[in-house]
Amino acid sequence: MEILVCVKRVPDTSENEITINKGGNDIERDDLVYSVNEWDNYAVEEAIQIVDKVGGSVTVVTVGDSESEEILRREMAMGANNGLLLTDDAFEGSDGKGIATILKAAVGKGKYDLILTGAQADEGAAQVGGMLAAMMDYPYASLVNRIEVGDGKLKVGREIEGGNQEMNEIELPCVLSIQTGINEPRYVGIRGIRKVASVEIPAMGAGDLGLDAGSIGAGAAKVKRVDYFVPDTGEGAEMLTGSTEEIIAKLIEYLKSKGGLK
Amino acid sequence: MEPVLISPAMFKLFGFFPTIIFSMLLPVAGVGLFTYIMARRIAPLVKANPDSRFDRPKERIVNVLKIWLGQYRHPRYMMAGVLHITIFFGFLILSVRSTELVIKGISEGFIMPGLGGILGDIYYFFKDYAATAVFFAVVIAVVRRGIFRPARYDYPASYGHDHTNEAIFVLAVIGTLMVSESLYEAALVAAEIQKGHAATFLAPGTLAWFFKNILLDNSISSLQNMHIAAYYVHDLTFFFFLCFLPMGKHFHVITSLFNVYFMRLERGNVRPVRYGVSDEQLDNLESFGVKKFSDFTWKDILDFYTCADCGRCSDQCPANAVKRPLSPRFISIKGRDYAFSHFPLMGEFVGQEPLIGDVYSDAEIWSCTTCGACEQECPIGIEYINKIVDMRRGMVDDGNVPQSLQKPMSSLEKRGNPYGKMEKKRSEWTKDLEGCDVKLFENGDAADTLYFVDSITSFDDRMQLVARATAKILCAAGVDFGILGKDEKDSGNEVKRFGEEMLFQDLKSHNTEVIKESGVKKIVTSDPHAYNALKNEYKDLPPVEHISQVVVNAVAAGKLRLKGVTDEEAGRVYTYHDPCYLGRHNCLYEEPRSAIDAIPGIRRVEMLKSRDRSFCCGGGGLMLFYEPEEEQRMGVLRVKMAQKAGANVIVTACPFCLVNMEDAIKVAGLEGKMQAIDLSELISEHIEQ
Repeated sequence: MEILVCVKRVPDTSENEITINKGGNDIERDDLVYSVNEWDNYAVEEAIQIVDKVGGSVTVVTVGDSESEEILRREMAMGANNGLLLTDDAFEGSDGKGIATILKAAVGKGKYDLILTGAQADEGAAQVGGMLAAMMDYPYASLVNRIEVGDGKLKVGREIEGGNQEMNEIELPCVLSIQTGINEPRYVGIRGIRKVASVEIPAMGAGDLGLDAGSIGAGAAKVKRVDYFVPDTGEGAEMLTGSTEEIIAKLIEYLKSKGGLK
Repeated sequence: MEPVLISPAMFKLFGFFPTIIFSMLLPVAGVGLFTYIMARRIAPLVKANPDSRFDRPKERIVNVLKIWLGQYRHPRYMMAGVLHITIFFGFLILSVRSTELVIKGISEGFIMPGLGGILGDIYYFFKDYAATAVFFAVVIAVVRRGIFRPARYDYPASYGHDHTNEAIFVLAVIGTLMVSESLYEAALVAAEIQKGHAATFLAPGTLAWFFKNILLDNSISSLQNMHIAAYYVHDLTFFFFLCFLPMGKHFHVITSLFNVYFMRLERGNVRPVRYGVSDEQLDNLESFGVKKFSDFTWKDILDFYTCADCGRCSDQCPANAVKRPLSPRFISIKGRDYAFSHFPLMGEFVGQEPLIGDVYSDAEIWSCTTCGACEQECPIGIEYINKIVDMRRGMVDDGNVPQSLQKPMSSLEKRGNPYGKMEKKRSEWTKDLEGCDVKLFENGDAADTLYFVDSITSFDDRMQLVARATAKILCAAGVDFGILGKDEKDSGNEVKRFGEEMLFQDLKSHNTEVIKESGVKKIVTSDPHAYNALKNEYKDLPPVEHISQVVVNAVAAGKLRLKGVTDEEAGRVYTYHDPCYLGRHNCLYEEPRSAIDAIPGIRRVEMLKSRDRSFCCGGGGLMLFYEPEEEQRMGVLRVKMAQKAGANVIVTACPFCLVNMEDAIKVAGLEGKMQAIDLSELISEHIEQ
């Protein structure tokens, strides 16, 4: 099975202290470290496992700048066979639909039976997978946490609110957005990354993809971020400050005083 | 003069068949078979990976004299140790006699060269006592293994059948050797007495002497038969035993001498990924670590062969104590079983399937804290840490790493610390420090000494107190010191031990470079894991000291004066918990104790398990992130040991020990009754200004 996995380079937010930049339109990115979007990592692992079982190849694709190549390499160290970097100044400022348009063009350049995306990325919009499927006129399943390969079809499991599980049959080719927990992604060590350090990763721009500048980039974006801020502390909300120990102590005190803890 | 009894070399069975034929056939067949078996057993060692064990012969001979011949580690288990020492020396003494007997069956009057005169008289006197002592040791051992069955020898169901029957069978074989040798001689002496000849002297109270007294009234002909029968029972048993040894746990009778000679000489280090491949060439290796059996080194396989299944390693193993799925003894036994079944005595050598999953489980290999208690205990120099780390290297290479470890490993790669905290916050602990100025090399400051703080002490709220206490001690002792701040990265002690060798190499190169750039002449650390890595795994660094050494030296030189216990502290009883990477791996047992004792009026008690038998708190570094399957925490057991010793304050000298102890005190419900404190904190509270 030929599988395309769409991945994104995102700031590693686990311990990073995120602050708003001076312009007030983005976060301060100077001290950030980046990694592959967690959901995408699960999607790549799933693709590798499917190919291990039924054969085929895994291609990872990303829309970004030259620095995004690093995450393609990491996913290739994991076991993806090919990488594809979609990069062009014209892509800057694309909204979700613009990204889906670029990806659609890349899909058209290959022959893929299955397209995987992460359920969502750092911005939490969770829109590209669904848009791509619609543009391709492919069937789509979101928040997939289980995949069983059948003949020309897949059985996919979806997590339903309240801890329920549903199973669907879906015809290939299709687009799936992958939920974390679908598998246990393998570890990629320094050694693995070095092994693929010199592999040539092809890059494609708007021209290579046959994209019209009017359909992508800031100009085509119909969703625009107009503000970015940390909400003021509202009434009834209180931020606990101090060391971890102090915060815990205060929290326990609150819970006790409100009767939440006896 | 006519001999009293006809010797095996001259005897004719049924009056016509010369038994000398047996005397010749048995050794030829026995030695031939033994040689074949050994050749088959050595084959996997020849195919295995290289191991560098032929250096430093003097130190190796000292080990053999002390650990093998001197049986130095045996009395750590007194009862079993004394029994073993008895049988061991009995065997050594009787091996001369047994060899002599084999030749006597062919050449009647043969006497071992050198045993003709007074030396012989002494030898023959003592060998009878040796045989008797071995016999009684064997009887006691049978009762012990067969009836009392010490828990150490139990086989959990998951590990297959137990070895009690094999053990008792071998004890019976040894007993047979002792009895037949004594009977052979007793029959002869009884006949000499009956015929009124000058009887050979038999040492009173020995087995031979006892048999002689019983046999005195037997007819000469039955004594003759007994003499011959006992001889051939001994001969047959001797060669049977020789060929039986390489079949199981008694292989150690042959291999232990070599295993001790080749045992590891250094502490605190992990062997290279491949001997003969430098750190710079590591990128060229096809595969890392042990994935299949032939990836083990020959010493690993010799270890498997040598395990006597005595269970001391597992009895001391903290992972085994809390019922993690790891028992070091079975690392060896499963390895040996694999070797025996895949390199059989007859037929093709088979199989090269992956070890993980088939022979060892992931959880088994990740459960080890690398505390080293098993290796410290093994009486015949079997190693575990190298094998475990090498299997982890194999798993890391295959991407098979527990999810809980992946995040900290990737943070170590990106940020140089397992928490993913920002580099620039590494020196934040200095902000709340009063009365002591910490220089920062990143700002261009210069100093003689580097305080290598390492990740947990830099970033963890609680452990920052240890950093501040350490800085205060250094200030008070007049040490001109600084820290690397954002330029410092994790020492990587556990990164290496969790099998991520290339990440360790990156951390090591980075730290080495910035330390050299700082121009310091000395390194001090309060973290034994950093101490171990810098001292044993890094190269060409200035000398490294643990803060306890600094304290002891400064007190001795009069640079640091400590005030006595306060009224509040007067009722406290302190006990010192030896961190594995300070104690067992680096032999620093005295300094931390001396540092504590330098506080006037302090009361300190020892736990039963201390010094080289210290019990691991649960492990440090990446082990804090691992989620093991276990029934309880190691720390809880340790805290209870402190309680049993009558202590109410546990002093440790390692930030990871402190984390684990403080957690364990809460889990054990001992808050208010027990507390844990770092040595640096204790000392800094007692600095006389």
